[in-house]
Order: sequence, then structure tokens, then C-alpha cells
Amino acid sequence: MIAPALLGFDISWDATLRNVILGSLILGLMSGVLGSFSVLRRQSLIGDTLAHAALPGICLAFMLSGTRTNEWLLTGGLATGLVGIFVMMAISRWSQVKPETALGIVLSVFFGFGILLLTRIQHSNDAGQSGLDRFIFGQAATILPRDLVVMGIIAAISLSVVVLLFKELKVLSFDPDFAAAQGLRPGVTSSILAALIVGVVMMGLQTVGVVLMVSLLIAPAVAARQWTRSLSSMIVLSGAFGMLSGVLGAVSSSLGDRLPTGPMIVSVASVIVIISILAAPDRGILSRIQRRRDRARRMRDDLIQIDHQGRVIW
Amino acid sequence: MSAALTIMIVGALVGASCGLVGSFLVLRRLALLGDAISHSVLLGIVLVFWATGSRSPILMAIGAGAVGILTVALVSWIQHTGIVKEDAAIGLVFPFLFAIGVVIVSRFPSQVHIDVDAVLYGEIAYVPLYRFEAFGWDLGTQAFWTVGTMLAIDILFVALLFKELKVSSFDAGFTAAIGMSPILIHYLLMAFVSATTVVAFDAVGAILVVALLIVPAATAQLLTQRLSHLIAISVFIGAASSIVGYWIARLIDGSIAGAIATALGLAFITAFMFSPSQGLIAQFARRSRQRRDFIRDLVVAHIAAKQTPVALNTLSEDFHWSADMTNRAINDARKLDRVELDGRGYLSIPGTSSQPNS
Repeated sequence: MIAPALLGFDISWDATLRNVILGSLILGLMSGVLGSFSVLRRQSLIGDTLAHAALPGICLAFMLSGTRTNEWLLTGGLATGLVGIFVMMAISRWSQVKPETALGIVLSVFFGFGILLLTRIQHSNDAGQSGLDRFIFGQAATILPRDLVVMGIIAAISLSVVVLLFKELKVLSFDPDFAAAQGLRPGVTSSILAALIVGVVMMGLQTVGVVLMVSLLIAPAVAARQWTRSLSSMIVLSGAFGMLSGVLGAVSSSLGDRLPTGPMIVSVASVIVIISILAAPDRGILSRIQRRRDRARRMRDDLIQIDHQGRVIW
Repeated sequence: MSAALTIMIVGALVGASCGLVGSFLVLRRLALLGDAISHSVLLGIVLVFWATGSRSPILMAIGAGAVGILTVALVSWIQHTGIVKEDAAIGLVFPFLFAIGVVIVSRFPSQVHIDVDAVLYGEIAYVPLYRFEAFGWDLGTQAFWTVGTMLAIDILFVALLFKELKVSSFDAGFTAAIGMSPILIHYLLMAFVSATTVVAFDAVGAILVVALLIVPAATAQLLTQRLSHLIAISVFIGAASSIVGYWIARLIDGSIAGAIATALGLAFITAFMFSPSQGLIAQFARRSRQRRDFIRDLVVAHIAAKQTPVALNTLSEDFHWSADMTNRAINDARKLDRVELDGRGYLSIPGTSSQPNS
């Protein structure tokens, strides 16, 4: 009696859950890997602008074509996201407005315009049937098998580029001037990196949402940085942390009722950061405190020794 | 008071208070900290509601003020440890606090007035529904009193500490040297930003508060160099955009908060293009005028260096310029009496032309 019902429940549950797990796994891996570079290059908040500025594009794509397929909606998002980045650069280039203010202006105005369009769509469309609001805080349960194919292709391309251009990316992250002097063309490398980041941000909008996407670019990388000094192991670790946050967050949100995915993923990623900041050997806060204590004790011991040799020190 | 008028007045008051405290945020290059605070205050509001079940504006402001200060303190602590740089520190702290807030909000039963939509869009459209009653009298819209009080407190704060805010915004070292504490002023300002954010939060939602904090002041920055003018313009733009935003929202049937942000964006773009001192068009005009002046001076210098009158028709060959360009340069120079043209078509510097060398 119970077994078939359970079985039926299990099967439907499994199909969704499998998509959710695979999708958030790919997303976490990609944002962890690419986020490492953007954190090291101190450009982590540009992803925030990009994600927010994508919202009006998603809405415009829907209004113009009536489509609900992710590829077209995200292409629209990509377009306004890039316009946003361009406007941001134009503002800081052509006026006295400081770069961080320009970032905030573009982020909030584009997002506000997106909200205006979104509410307009919801009011004209009966009761928000468009489902566009899933892009705001993400809804991993809406990931379809065809989305997984697109995500997989983007991920495969991005990972191969990172492997092939590893040397260039490494030099770019730590010393762009040296890269230029070595003829490694930092401009080209940084454009390629930017394109990859644009790709992963668009990929993340469905799962994490525009508001919190930036966190997935920053948190795994910062956590990974705490545990290692080498770039390659930082990237691997950051990818792993990203996957862990993505899977744990997305799965917990699909289990609960009315739980948006983005905040759950971000919460998991943030907990990993907190643990790493506190507990990592060498760079962690706890080990720093321990070191400081050891140093103080050694200093005290040394002082006493000197005192025994007959020197007047205090 | 009609509903539309109430919404516009409340919107204008919100815009004015954000424009006021936002001026100092932008001047101190803390725009992103404003962004962070406007997200994380959600947690404060939600926690207060969770713990007390009350939506009292005073409790909310206190809760949000506390979380705002916590945000600022966490960001500066993480920076201080040297683990990450400022941008990443901000990007770590506010998404976490905001995410917790959203998770808690989405667990609230749906009949509760705080929900995810309110977080995003604000509730300014419903503002006329909540009345403020005291001693059995209906004293008007509740939001009018809350927002009005906040604006009054903000004005008082800026007026009383204007000198301190001004000095510390431009020169923190000097501030410390003359015995004021830049850190204390910093945290005070952040407390006021947080409290103002909560009040604005009710009207325009968490995410769009940052538009009201940053954009009016940045627009004002394009129009003036004086702090007092900057504040006045910023307040005006904040208030005016709220009113314009209301009409945009009515026109296209969308969220008022989104429309206010859009109106702010339009204001900024207008100033960016047309500001008389720094606008793109003014910059372009200035550059092309400088170019024209330079070409004119080059021609004058060329003629002066030759020491003999120069034939008009050889000049454009000498420079490899088009005839138009040369003629315009010569006309500009003649208008200022820097060169003169004699009857035979020769150019010379005035006062030297009568003695040809040959």
C-alpha cells in the first residue's frame, strides 16, 4: 500500500532533485573558479552590477518576444548587463563621479527600472504568470534538463579556457604590468576573463537570482584563500566550496516550502567563509591569536633570560 | 488629503531625507557601504518583528540601526584583519545578512504584512491606508508622521554637526588633529543612514533605497562644487524624483519604487549630459573650443616666426590642413587683431607688416 505511493513520490522528487543538484553543482564550481580571479583582481563587485543590470533585459526580452525560455531571457539580461557595465565605465571616465558611486548608480537604477518593468508585466499578465520573479532570488527547482545542457557547455568552455590560459590569468591576477612587459597581453586576457564571468553570472541568475549572485563569486574564493597560498589549489578549493554551497543551499531550498534558493546558497557559502576565517591554519583568526600569545610568552621568556645575564632592561 | 497627494508627499519626504544623508555618503566615498546597509537593515526589521510581533517604527528603526552599525563594524573589522580588500568585505557581509533576512521573511505566514514583495517593491502605494490615531483622533497618515519626523531628525543632525561632518568628509587627519573623532562621526553618520534607510524601506523597499541614497547626491555633484549647494540640490532631486516617479508608475502601471529609481536615473543622465560645468556636452564644447584656439595660435606663431608676410594661399599647404580649417583659424586670429591681411593676400603680424624684409 505505502510502497507504490512512496515510490511514485520518490521518482518525481528525484528527477527535480537531480536537476537541482547538477545545476547548482555546475554553477557553484564555475563561480568558485572564476570568482577566485575576480577577488584577487579586486573586481568582485562588478559582478554585482552585472547581475542587477540584467533584470531589465530579462523583462524587455519577455515583453518584446513573449518568450519564457531561459536562453532568450538571459540573452536579454546579458545585453543590458553589458550596457550597465559600459555606462558605469563611461560615468567614471567622463565625470567627477567616483567609480564606486558609479557602480552603485548603475546597480540601483538598472535594477529599479527592471522592477518597474517586472511589475508592469505582472499587472498586465494575469497574476504574475510570467514567473519572471524567479530571477530575483532564484528558484533552483525551475532548472530543466535543457538548462543543464546549456550550463554544461558554458562550464566546459570556461574550464578549458581557464586551464589553457592559466599562466596568463595567474600573471594578470598578481601583476598586470609584468604581464604586459612579458608580452602576455593583459588586456586580451582580462577581456576573456570578463566574458567568462559574464557567462557564469547569467548562468547563476536562475538559481541564485540577481540580488545575491555576487556573493557566490566572492564567498567561495575568500574562504579558499584562507586555506592555501598557491593559486591552483585556491581555485580547486574555491570550486569545491562553490559546489558545496550550491548543492547544500539548493537542495535545502527545494525541500522546504516557499524558500528562495539564492538566500539559502548564500547562507551556506557564508557559513563556510566564517569557519574559514576563524579556523584556517596560518591565516585564520584563531591561529593568529594563538601565535600572538606564543610570541608574547616567548618574549617574556627571552626578557627573563636577558635579565639573568645581568643586563638592566627595565 | 487624496491618496495620490499623500503618496507624493510621503515620497518627497523620503527622497529629501535620503538625499540629505546620502550627500555625505557619496562625498565620503561610502556609496557601497550605503548599498550594504540598505540591504542588511532588512535583517534588523525582520528580527524586531520576529521577537516582538510589532511593526512599531521606533522599534524597527532601532533594530535596523543596530544591524546597520553591525554591518559597518563587520566590514571594517574584516578589512582590518587584512583577509580581504574592502570591496570583497562588503560583498561578503551584506549578502549574508540580507540572505538571512529573506529566508526568515519567506518563512513568515503569508498574512503577515512583511513579505518578499514588500522587501522589493516597498509599500508606498498602501501608505494612505495606515492611519495615525491618537487620543481617538485621526491625525492623518501614519507614514507622513514617521517620515516627517525622520526628516526633521536628519535635518537637526546635519545642522548641529555640519562643521564636523564637513571637515571630516574632506580631511579625516585634520579632524583628528583638531580634537574631533572622525570615527565617532563616521559611526554617527552610519547610524543616521541606517535609521533613514528603515523609514525609506517601508516606502520603496530594501534594494531601491540605495538609489535614493546615492543618485541624488551624485547628480548634485555634477552640478556644483559647494557642499551647501550640493546638499540642497541633492535634497531637491530626491524629493522631485519621488514625485516624478509616482507619475511614471501611474502612467505605465508599475511599481512606484521602481519608477522612482528610474526617475532618479533620468535625472542623473540629464545632469551627466547637460551640466553646464561638467556635462558631456560642456566638456565636448570646451574641448573643441580649446582645439580651435590652439589652431589659431599655431597659425599666428607660424606667421610671426616667418618675419615676412605669408601668402594666404600657401598657408594650408604649409600645415597640410584643409582650406576650411586654415580659413577659420585666420578669421579667428583676425577677429582678435592678432594678424592682418593686406590687399595682396599676404598675412602679417600687426605692427610689423609695413617693413617687408626683402
